[in-house]
Amino acid sequence: MGIRFVLMVNKQGQTRLAQYYEYLNLEERRALEGEIVRKCLARNEQQCSFVEHRNYKVVYRRYASLFFLVGVDNEENELAILEFIHLLVETMDRHFGNVCELDIMFHLEKAHFMLEEMVMNGCIVETSKSNILAPIQLMDKA
Amino acid sequence: MKRQVFTCRYKELGNIRTRFSPLKSRVQSREEGLTHYEKKKYVWKMLYIYMLGYDVDFGHMEAVSLISAPKYPEKQVGYIVTSCLLNENHDFLRLAINTVRNDIIGRNETFQCLALTLVGNIGGREFAESLAPDVQKLLISSSCRPLVRKKAALCLLRLFRKNPDVVNIDGWSDRMAQLLDERDFGVLTSSMSLLVALVSNNHDAYWNCLPKCVKILERLARNQDVPPEYTYYGIPSPWLQVKTLRALQYFPTVEDPNTRRSLFENNASHAVLFEALALVMHLDAEKEMMSQCVALLGKFIAVREPNIRYLGLENMTRMLMVTEVQDIIKRHQAQIITSLKDPDISIRRRALDLLYGMCDVSNAKDIVEELLQYLSTADFAMREELSLKAAILAEKFAPDLSWYVDVILQLIDKAGDFVSDDIWFRVVQFVTNNEDLQPYAALKAREYLDKPAIHETMVKVSAYILGEYSHLLARGPACSPKEIFSIIHEKLPTVSTSTIPILLSTYAKILMHTQPPDQELQHQIWAIFSKYESCIDAEIQQRAVEYHALSMKGAALMDILAEMPKFPERQSSLIRKAENTEADTAEQSAAKLRAQQQASNALVVTDQRPANGTLPVNQLGLVKVPIMSNADQIIAEQGVTHENGALTVVDPQPQLPSTPSPDLLEDLLGPLAIEGPSGTGPQSEPRVASGFERGENADALAIAPVEEQANTVQPIGSIAERFHALCLKDSGVLYEDPYIQIGIKAEWRAHHGRYVIFLGNKNTAPLSSVQASILPPSHLNTELSLVPETIPPRAQVQCPLEVINLRPSRDLAVLDFSYKFGTQVVNVKLRLPAVFNKFLQPITVSAEEFFPQWRSLSGPPLKLQEVVRGVRPMPIAELANLLNSLRLMVCPGLDPNANNLIASTTFYSESTRAMLCLIRIETDPADRTQLRMTVASGDPTLTFELKEFIKEQIVYIPVPPQSPAPMPPQARPTSPPTAISDPGALLAGLL
Repeated sequence: MGIRFVLMVNKQGQTRLAQYYEYLNLEERRALEGEIVRKCLARNEQQCSFVEHRNYKVVYRRYASLFFLVGVDNEENELAILEFIHLLVETMDRHFGNVCELDIMFHLEKAHFMLEEMVMNGCIVETSKSNILAPIQLMDKA
Repeated sequence: MKRQVFTCRYKELGNIRTRFSPLKSRVQSREEGLTHYEKKKYVWKMLYIYMLGYDVDFGHMEAVSLISAPKYPEKQVGYIVTSCLLNENHDFLRLAINTVRNDIIGRNETFQCLALTLVGNIGGREFAESLAPDVQKLLISSSCRPLVRKKAALCLLRLFRKNPDVVNIDGWSDRMAQLLDERDFGVLTSSMSLLVALVSNNHDAYWNCLPKCVKILERLARNQDVPPEYTYYGIPSPWLQVKTLRALQYFPTVEDPNTRRSLFENNASHAVLFEALALVMHLDAEKEMMSQCVALLGKFIAVREPNIRYLGLENMTRMLMVTEVQDIIKRHQAQIITSLKDPDISIRRRALDLLYGMCDVSNAKDIVEELLQYLSTADFAMREELSLKAAILAEKFAPDLSWYVDVILQLIDKAGDFVSDDIWFRVVQFVTNNEDLQPYAALKAREYLDKPAIHETMVKVSAYILGEYSHLLARGPACSPKEIFSIIHEKLPTVSTSTIPILLSTYAKILMHTQPPDQELQHQIWAIFSKYESCIDAEIQQRAVEYHALSMKGAALMDILAEMPKFPERQSSLIRKAENTEADTAEQSAAKLRAQQQASNALVVTDQRPANGTLPVNQLGLVKVPIMSNADQIIAEQGVTHENGALTVVDPQPQLPSTPSPDLLEDLLGPLAIEGPSGTGPQSEPRVASGFERGENADALAIAPVEEQANTVQPIGSIAERFHALCLKDSGVLYEDPYIQIGIKAEWRAHHGRYVIFLGNKNTAPLSSVQASILPPSHLNTELSLVPETIPPRAQVQCPLEVINLRPSRDLAVLDFSYKFGTQVVNVKLRLPAVFNKFLQPITVSAEEFFPQWRSLSGPPLKLQEVVRGVRPMPIAELANLLNSLRLMVCPGLDPNANNLIASTTFYSESTRAMLCLIRIETDPADRTQLRMTVASGDPTLTFELKEFIKEQIVYIPVPPQSPAPMPPQARPTSPPTAISDPGALLAGLL
């Protein structure tokens, strides 16, 4: 199935963006996010970017105060996901220009639009930045 | 009400509440008429609150209703928020189906994208049913832009994964191949995901996609025609490369891969590289390439970059499945052991896994010693796993047993808290079964007792071993019975109640071994016994009383407290435990599929069970402990009766590894407790339990429960034989004993059946309290008319029984019947022959009808193939007769090969209605005990059930208890896809 969820969390552990590709109820999600965030925030720069948690493998990347966490299953290539995170950030960067936490907080819908263009049903659909941003730009113009 | 809940929950969260309440009230007062803009705004706020982890139980309706808004911005919000908030089973989703469908078949591309994404993310069965053909059309339509088609590909993937039976993918291989000619990278990336799913299901059908994949790779590798937008840091779409390589791994082929790359500097290329390595592994390339790979991985695990180290270790673990390179991997042992000390727990875990996997007789000593050393510094999260793994390795690969004892005692010493009881039970078993080991073990135990603070588990082991074997040390320094007693007794105040019984037994044994008796010691021990005679713990009290009484008896004590007999050999519970945990995490990946193929290549595995969840590791893990031979086992069993006949006999444990082994504690403690019940309890329980479990499948066992309950009235004739006869014909005697005869007569029409049950009283006295009820399986609806309470002398009563078949299943209905004759109550449970084949109607098909049908049912789950071994050997004509008698009509002449049979039939049930089933059986004239069977029908469950049913009919079962039911019942619902895709069986069939 590939990607199970994409999470963006700040240093305080607050979720800023969450998209799940399998349904978990609120309780499960809350518990999962809490556990994973605790595990990932505790790690330092010298450690690798993969954390195993329950049956997920969490691939994460840190950008200043923001953590991007992607849960995948065993069928996924970890490094590809790691770079996918970077691609996501670059895409946001291109749109917002030097993206920061507040950009995502106040433009949650845009973050979702981008993610929706990039990932569907846990698989990567599109990796071209201009294609990803095309619908958003259209709307901005309108 | 909602407001109340809301205010309670969020009282403390002022910040959120201030945003929340106006939002909520606005949303709820929608009759006032919110503008679309407002709705949009509030729905986003709602999603934000939901994301923060608060339960949002209102406004779902608003989100769904936005889907049908005419304008793009609103519609988009509706779609996205709906797919975040709802799951596929949500009722509201149903309301949207029509809108979604209109959007999909509509002309507006952007709407199409939105709708496809929604279905792709949360589409359930209803969506699949109404939308699958439309989505398929979009995907291959030449008029659609790539924008839409890439979404359609993944949407189809979702529908196919969720409901493979609804999505018709016949003939899709050509279309997939066409799709892969696509130039657009977005479409390619998503089509590749779809291809991976399709191929993993049935690789035969997608052969023609293979060259296309290679072409795509070539295009990427040579960087031809790759738009700059898809180049990521100079590398042409690494994600597509990775996916394509992944897809290639599902094709079972050996082709010269020229996809290997050299080491680049960044992650994206590493990602590709790792995937290429995985492919090389899968293709089983020549040895040189393999060793190059391992050398590369060896470099990786030594680099500074932690991600690469982690993946290097992980891939090396996967490499272990390739036998030839294991030696090369061993060269990196030192580096791997260093990784065990890595500051990163993710890496440490990988290293531990790898070490565990690579361990064998040659390096076990080093590895286990490393693990033990590491144990004292390891973090708590890993200790339990570590100690279990160390114990297993020590047991599996021990070069000599004294080393094994050393290891386990060290293990207990260093990580007592993490050593489960299983581990120390096992060491006691070994010591008991190996006389050479006993003095050594006793000596070691004695040494450990000298340590100032020892773990309670260590007290248990030492006390037990010294109790049994301390007399072997008698000549050593500080090993007189008295000294041993005092050093053990020192520990008594510090231990818990579960340990005290063991200590008491030890005292009794020491007392017995002290020859000539030492008065002083005797009095000391008696004093302890009498102290514990009033203990509140029943076990301790019982032992104290009994030992005290026994030790007064003198000579009798010698007999009763003689040395423990040997334990019967059995599979290590540790290994079993490890297997269980591994089986839990079973999932199919390309590498594992491949390993299964390997396992069956060897053709040593005669196990008939479908390979669901039995991973290759398990099969390898079943290595018996090398030291124990069969001879030992026999001695062990004889020992039971000879060595201490005066005692309650140690149960000869069932030797089958599959039978649940009773608690090990029972073995160690059982014989010491003089009273019987604890000893006999576990012996009978598992047998009864297993009898019930398998009752429906294994013939001999089916009678067992009957005999137990009504052992005074013996049935006349074999119930099982009668049942089998009635499976093939429609009237006859189902059961007979001296008092009653039960006959049945049946008529079948499509999925309806009508039985008449004849109950005949054979006596001159009436039968009273007659009761009959049907215990129907879930797939049958049964209705039994009233059964009279008494049957007059020499009379026969008739009871009609209606049966309706709801869906295909091989489960059986049971007739629970009881009556009273005089004072005797007889109760029998009879299987009703309303079996699978009763709902079949033979039908002849001609070649013109057969072949198109056969071809249209392509591949699992509708068409299943299996190689059946252990078939009752019979000539082809007899097999044809058997099939005909099962109402599977053999159609002669359809298959040109005289050794093959083709049969057809119609199956009736309420869910499937009339469904044509086609069967092809290929036999091998040289070996009649195996054949290949292919079953096809329009319903996956039916195909599976029919295949299993035929298998049950043709497989030879020599001793039912030893060959467990073809399939454990609980595994049935999930197993069809795994059973089908067992490539090992397919491969073996081709050989």
